[in-house]
Amino acid sequence: MRFSLSQEQRSFADAIDGLLTTSDVPRITRDWAAGDHDAGLALWRRLAELGLTALQVPEELGGIGGTPLDAAVAFERLGFHAVPGPWIETVVLAPALLAGTDAQEQLAAVAEGELLVTVAAPPSTPRALDADIAGLALVLDDTTLHTATAGTPYTSVDPARRLYDLAAGDVVAGLSAEQAAAALDGATLACAATLLGAGERMLRDTVSYVGARKQFGRPVGEYQALKHALADVRVALDFARPLVHGAALELGAATPVASRDVSAALVACADAAYLSSRTALQLHGAIGYTLEFDLSLWLLKVRAMVTAWGTPAHHRGRVLDALVASAGRD
Amino acid sequence: MTLEFTEREEAFRAEARAWLAEHSPGRLPSMDTEEGAQAHRAWERELASGRWSVVAWPEQYGGRDATLTEWVIFEEEYYLSGAPTRIAQNGISLLAPIIFEHGTPEQQQRYLGPMADGTEVWAQAWSEPEAGSDLASLRSRATRDDARGGWLLSGQKIWSSRAPFADRGFGLFRSDPEAERHRGLTYFLFPLDAPGITVRPIPQLDGDAGFAEIFFDDVFVPDADVLGDVGNGWRVAMSTAGNERGLSLRSPGRFCAAADRLVDLWRERGSQAPQARDAVVDAWIRAQAYRLYTWGTVDRLGAGGDMGAHGSVNKLFWSRLDLELHETALELLGADQELRGPWMDDYLFSLAGPIYAGTNEIQRNIVAERILGLPRGDNGRATA
Repeated sequence: MRFSLSQEQRSFADAIDGLLTTSDVPRITRDWAAGDHDAGLALWRRLAELGLTALQVPEELGGIGGTPLDAAVAFERLGFHAVPGPWIETVVLAPALLAGTDAQEQLAAVAEGELLVTVAAPPSTPRALDADIAGLALVLDDTTLHTATAGTPYTSVDPARRLYDLAAGDVVAGLSAEQAAAALDGATLACAATLLGAGERMLRDTVSYVGARKQFGRPVGEYQALKHALADVRVALDFARPLVHGAALELGAATPVASRDVSAALVACADAAYLSSRTALQLHGAIGYTLEFDLSLWLLKVRAMVTAWGTPAHHRGRVLDALVASAGRD
Repeated sequence: MTLEFTEREEAFRAEARAWLAEHSPGRLPSMDTEEGAQAHRAWERELASGRWSVVAWPEQYGGRDATLTEWVIFEEEYYLSGAPTRIAQNGISLLAPIIFEHGTPEQQQRYLGPMADGTEVWAQAWSEPEAGSDLASLRSRATRDDARGGWLLSGQKIWSSRAPFADRGFGLFRSDPEAERHRGLTYFLFPLDAPGITVRPIPQLDGDAGFAEIFFDDVFVPDADVLGDVGNGWRVAMSTAGNERGLSLRSPGRFCAAADRLVDLWRERGSQAPQARDAVVDAWIRAQAYRLYTWGTVDRLGAGGDMGAHGSVNKLFWSRLDLELHETALELLGADQELRGPWMDDYLFSLAGPIYAGTNEIQRNIVAERILGLPRGDNGRATA
């Protein structure tokens, strides 16, 4: 038993942070929401240079062949910085869905950072992100994988999430039930990690805000009502992270409890991130309720993402089914 | 990162599981009754006879020199076996770490052995009627008695867990009335049957005398029973507080075993209420989170880190987990829930979690100020 990240994983996270901290991601995100993708695509390429897009692509295709834990580490950072775009679909889902198909050239392009992939997987994920600019759109219909074309656009509560219906086209492959399920588990786990990172960011920014904002002649962060609310967020996030890492290890080893643990991680991260968002909004007050203030980027993203890869209710159901079916703790 | 244990750890687990399967008595009568206290002491003796009572201690004091990882493994197996909560807990978890760190060799020789085999059960004596969360305001006094080479304790302690059926107590007394709050306190060890001590049991919500008031009327304590330096009691005591709300008091095994029993209860009873279903799942998820989080803590401590304020994060989480898990069980029991039984007993115990070992309000102050770095202001002084 060794339950802490490796030096390599920490360095990878630091490298992503280093790039994103100096990239004015909020401006890029607002441009992306407005349909101007240039800066976002330039950032995509720079993140690709760090190895992000190659993470789950096999080494023989120019990828890194990383683990689900490596992906969880990366997606927590993407959530922390609210980076826009179909990252889960391209980095995690495309390699998992296209493994063993004829689409190996496309996987190499994913690894290079040259191909953006989007995916719809109804019923839990009925619409696909950024289908207008993705080089490859896929629909996973149960276990059948189709290419697809963009249809009707939708307006998400998160302006940076540009959603589209997909119309299924040619069949790419019939996947095994195990492959399809593992691919969706990978996406769900990346979603959980993204939520965790977003929750961490809102906590950090709120702590900073209440330490500076003065009322009644002192920082509002001196008041216990605010302290206690923020302490509860700290606790919720601290205990969500081990579930993400634990589920990543189970998923990497393809154990029978992997799906259960991925769902548990999603539930905990969705709850913790949402608690963080509600606390952040309340403690910022009116400024937090404005679209202009950057907090809105995370507030709205979290509201959208808690259901993006299966609702928490769906995932609680999966956990309970797994528990009732087994003799208890493994 | 890996969820695999080493061969040595797996062998340790197998040995613990086999021994517990053969020896665990299951639930015993409440340790806060005369009959239950005797039964729990007998169980401590049996644990000690198998060298399982204090696995993390050195062999010379009855332990196995177990690693922190092995200790957590033992706790998992202990609670999975259905073995009872430990009457020796206060001594083993709160006092022993202090004796190892601050005790004299004589104190270690005198106290650790009888603590390990249940011969001497210890009670804590922290709170006073006017000193609860603001513990540093305590007023019970220690007056110098040079003629006899020791101190005279006087005053009153309250909410002293295990005191009605324990043999000895430990606590803080003000040895220098002139010194500022946290200074001038000294840590004392004393027998509960010493002349001048009166123990008045206080029935808890469950009806049993789980704690007591202790009155001190010029109780003589020799210098040999001062733990740590005179006047340094606050620092010594805070290292126990860190233990109590940190890793040691609430190992994950206890919650994981309870969560598994909750899932069993769901299998038997089910519920038409969707919120009951969600609560069962959330309790199990939280127990799993606590287990994994603890492995992370074990790693951090193994790498030389300390619990510090993270003990407060821990305590906030497990106390809520414990309470909500048992509330959920009661909900599944429907109208039967009000009947006294194991679930109700454990629920009543869980109600105390957010209060003892530093209330959760104090813990939130600590998390906010020491971990998040929020400004102190003029509240939350109790975190000192």
